[in-house]
Amino acid sequence: MSEEQIRGQVREFVSRFVKGQQLQDGDDIFATGYVNSMFAMQLVQFVETTFGIAVESDDLEIDNFRSIGAITALVRRKNAAPV
Amino acid sequence: MTELARPGEPAADTGLRMELGAAQAAARDAFAAYVAEHVAPHAGAWDRAAATPQDAIERLAGTGWLGAVIPAAHGGAGMDWVTFGLLNEELGRGCSSLRSLLTVHSMASHAVLRFGSRAQKERWLPRFAAGEAIGAFALSEPNVGSDASAVETVATQEGDGWVLNGRKKWTTYGQIADVHLLFARTAEGKPIAFLVERGSPGLTVEPLRGITGTRASMLAELRMDGCRVPADTRLGGAGFGLGIAVATLEVGRYSVACGTTGIIRACLDASLGYAAERVQYGVPIGEHQLVQRMLAGMTAGYRAAHWLCMRAGWLRDQGDPAAPHETFVAKYLASTTATRAALDAVQIHGANGCSEDHPVERYLRDSRVMEIIEGSTQIQEITIARGELAAR
Repeated sequence: MSEEQIRGQVREFVSRFVKGQQLQDGDDIFATGYVNSMFAMQLVQFVETTFGIAVESDDLEIDNFRSIGAITALVRRKNAAPV
Repeated sequence: MTELARPGEPAADTGLRMELGAAQAAARDAFAAYVAEHVAPHAGAWDRAAATPQDAIERLAGTGWLGAVIPAAHGGAGMDWVTFGLLNEELGRGCSSLRSLLTVHSMASHAVLRFGSRAQKERWLPRFAAGEAIGAFALSEPNVGSDASAVETVATQEGDGWVLNGRKKWTTYGQIADVHLLFARTAEGKPIAFLVERGSPGLTVEPLRGITGTRASMLAELRMDGCRVPADTRLGGAGFGLGIAVATLEVGRYSVACGTTGIIRACLDASLGYAAERVQYGVPIGEHQLVQRMLAGMTAGYRAAHWLCMRAGWLRDQGDPAAPHETFVAKYLASTTATRAALDAVQIHGANGCSEDHPVERYLRDSRVMEIIEGSTQIQEITIARGELAAR
């Protein structure tokens, strides 16, 4: 899956929750006021089930899920990591 | 439309299965036999003593069942969720306190398995599996119950570790736990989780007594007064604490739902036995239709709660995203049914039901707790209704 495809799916998922705003890749999702800290775990479950990666303890940093760009980078990084 | 089978012929295979697999049925029988010999006969004494004896915990650990949710690769029993549900039901049938130990220990185990670092897994999972270390779940506080996002315990990063300040209350088996899965918030308000070991400097554990039900579950209040913990006790990053709590509570809710189904079964068993033996007006009271009505209600309630739990477990085994919602439904039905069943069981037993010589008075006290823990009845109702509305 290309980076743009990943980014598109992440954007589509986040947009379901952050309504009425055109988020840029670097915008802080948690600063929008539309989501709370529970959303972080929803993002974890989303990337695991959508992209088939395992989010591990070291990945559970809010900066990895703060923006569409950060989530895309995490997925790319996990996909590239040797199993 | 499926053609109806003729008399004597097997029905067409519609794909629906409402029975346990052979291994699950064998496991249930083993759980039931264990509880009948080692748990149920002693549960009343443990309740009166407000403590679970160490040898009872060690015996349970010896079965390997404290490692139910831990995969074999980490030394656990690696049970599927249906089998884990059966274990909870049978333990709950015998003693809701001991079942609570399995609940909180499994919650801590699951959290480490799911969210722990490699070092945390290597440190805790084999010990959890063997029952050499007991895990507890420390979320509730004097001012924090249903609203888990409002925890007041504060974690401050200092040097290469963290300092915790606050109080936790109603921590099940907190008196004996070796490690507490403890939730706090950072100074910036981000929820965060830690594995806080017993004996950590600044941690005080005080027993809570005089509890209505699950009296042997050794509740504790934890005081963290400048409690210093190393950086590697943090579970996940700051901001993920609430998510870890919610994910862990799903395991606890399933365990409680199944355990509560065991209370209903215990009420039914005790009531059937008593109704067959107790004679009034020249016949066993089971011959009286108003008693039969209560027995029928208990029977139907048990069947419904049991199968809702089994379905929730099966969905979890399948990785079905509907599993958390169906677990809410199962816990709601089981806990509200248990209250009714326990009230009726006491009623059938009459004055004897109000005496500690009969276990139904304990079932009644325990059932009250089940409508409060792992999501109160009112939280279940809100969650279930919102889920159903959102699905339309």
